[in-house]
Amino acid sequence: MIILAIYIAIFAGGYFAVKQITASTQPKDYTSLKTVTFGDESAVRPNRAASIISVVTIFLLWGAFTGSSLIPSFLHAPAAFTGTGEFSYTVEAGGQSDDATVTVNVHEADGDAAEPVVEAGDGFAKNDVMSVAKYRSKLLRVDKNDELGRTDGAQITAVNGQAIAPGGEVFTDFARIGMTPKGTLNIVPNTGWQMQPLYLPPPEKVASRLAEISSTGFRNSTLWEHLGFSLFRVVIGFLIGAAVGIPLGYAMGLSNWFRGWFDPVVEFMRPVPPLALIPLVIIWAGIGEVGKIVLLFLAALWIMAIAARSGVSGVNITKVHAAYSLGASKWQIMRHVIIPNSLPEIFTGARVAMGVCWGTVVAAELVAAEKGAGMMIMVASKFQNTDIVLMGIILIGVIGFSIDVLMRWAENILVPWKGRS
Amino acid sequence: MSGLSIENISMRFDLPNGGSVQALKDVSLDLKPGELMSVLGPSGCGKTTLLNIVAGFLAPTGGRIAMNGHTVQGPDAERGMVFQQGALFEWMSVRENVAFGPRMKGEKETQYGANVDHLLDVVGLGDFKEKAIYELSGGMQQRVALARCLANDPDVILMDEPLGALDALTREKMQSLVLKLWKETGKTIILITHSVEEALLLGERLLVMAPRPGRIHKEYRLPFADLGVDQDLREVKKHPDYNKTREEILAMIWDMEEEIMGRTEESA
Repeated sequence: MIILAIYIAIFAGGYFAVKQITASTQPKDYTSLKTVTFGDESAVRPNRAASIISVVTIFLLWGAFTGSSLIPSFLHAPAAFTGTGEFSYTVEAGGQSDDATVTVNVHEADGDAAEPVVEAGDGFAKNDVMSVAKYRSKLLRVDKNDELGRTDGAQITAVNGQAIAPGGEVFTDFARIGMTPKGTLNIVPNTGWQMQPLYLPPPEKVASRLAEISSTGFRNSTLWEHLGFSLFRVVIGFLIGAAVGIPLGYAMGLSNWFRGWFDPVVEFMRPVPPLALIPLVIIWAGIGEVGKIVLLFLAALWIMAIAARSGVSGVNITKVHAAYSLGASKWQIMRHVIIPNSLPEIFTGARVAMGVCWGTVVAAELVAAEKGAGMMIMVASKFQNTDIVLMGIILIGVIGFSIDVLMRWAENILVPWKGRS
Repeated sequence: MSGLSIENISMRFDLPNGGSVQALKDVSLDLKPGELMSVLGPSGCGKTTLLNIVAGFLAPTGGRIAMNGHTVQGPDAERGMVFQQGALFEWMSVRENVAFGPRMKGEKETQYGANVDHLLDVVGLGDFKEKAIYELSGGMQQRVALARCLANDPDVILMDEPLGALDALTREKMQSLVLKLWKETGKTIILITHSVEEALLLGERLLVMAPRPGRIHKEYRLPFADLGVDQDLREVKKHPDYNKTREEILAMIWDMEEEIMGRTEESA
């Protein structure tokens, strides 16, 4: 909740700050002079300053709430308490009262768990020591080393001078001290606002994991083998899907018989999510490469067939008429009119298909694989290596994004007339 | 027999609701080589249907089209067509569009290159040869369409409102260009338009069609096209007969439109 509030505050604050700064340097171009901008989609262009602040904010929040060493420590959210804390308690037994202290060593999960050494002190209540790991809590029977214990009617009445009763609690500077119904103290060191590394490791830990895994590999394969295998499956599956789907789509766009024959199949298979086919494909083809490629082939096939079909259907009949009256044969019309005219649609389909294939391959690898990006994060999650899981997710996102950028670039080069006729 | 002859063409479409529409009834007409005929008529008189039948895109339900003595069976390079818009190939450059016909015939660059360049100069696009279609204005695109049609050297050119989508000024320039090309190449041209002025200025013969069923209402032979070849079109419009004929044809078409409206109101 507090993270969301900070996020919204930065969002709003950044807006006003950037507005103040850029107010004087606004270029007087056509768009900036428009008085009607609300409702005019063409007047909305991404504010690059907002993009930069947005990304920085995400990393800042990530760093602040994980105690990252990459950002100055005054920006850190309050961390969980570590080190030595101390509180006193007051015991009453048979009309007498005595104070003693408890010294607590709150240590890192893999740190030094030694109990502090203190003198027992005077009076019938003796000083206690204990050791507890960060983010954990521990019960302590403080009276067990006292001269007058629970069996003698001794009762803890106060912690740090504040009265406490069974079921009650007292907050000290480093911990919450609760009391169980039986009168035992429960020491809960402050957990702070930061996330435990198990849930969210700091950015530098993810980065160092990336460096480590890219040099030493993961599960007998290098990082590039894992990612390369995923990409290889996507590319092969997509290419086979396109090689079958595009001619199928053309045939469906050009022949009544093909259209009638394949329409039910394509229309039925299109809404079936490729992920639903994983179990069947595993039964049929096993968990090896063949199964993955069959799955991706099926994921790409229908998308490409439908794209090619609508590319053919989308050809303006006057273009076909013009070509006929210029003396073109059927084959020439196919080659020079229908195919080029359908290319923009096919590219749109290819972009969608690549996206779907990339998602499907990761999911298939989550289920079963020996190598691959999905397998890497699945195995890592089983060993609670959250940093590897995060690293994998980031890499999968980067690759998916790169595929899309690459496809768009190819589209601009190969079909520059798209959307301009 | 040379030229184009339209013999008793009838066209009847079946409608999905079981009825049928008589789009054309007994249309007959002969065009000698080199004639330019403009066709006018209220919407729904079947002028585009007639052009599509002549081009070979539609088979008539009665009658036949004869081209240089043989019956038209389908589209052919001897009958070129210029469409209103959207018929250019965006994936080709201007020059490739113009060279499309010769290339489809299997001609080599050395055979068609000079002619294509010449035609591009004639239509004033000599500097735009390598541009993409979507970089051109509407008027330039129609000039590409004209050049593409001429590069294929058809006997008859069919024009389906080729200037309909252009603004008034561009349109006037294009009308002069059409007349110039007609005189230079001596092609037979059928030009469909919904502009009475355009029909008068460009049509050596002018056909007024009537709707329901589509038929020939009246034919004129006009001197304005010949005058316009070497005169400014605005001068031609000052000709004493020009306004008279224009008013006559306008009145004719108004009457037809009113008749349609009246009939529709009665049936409604």
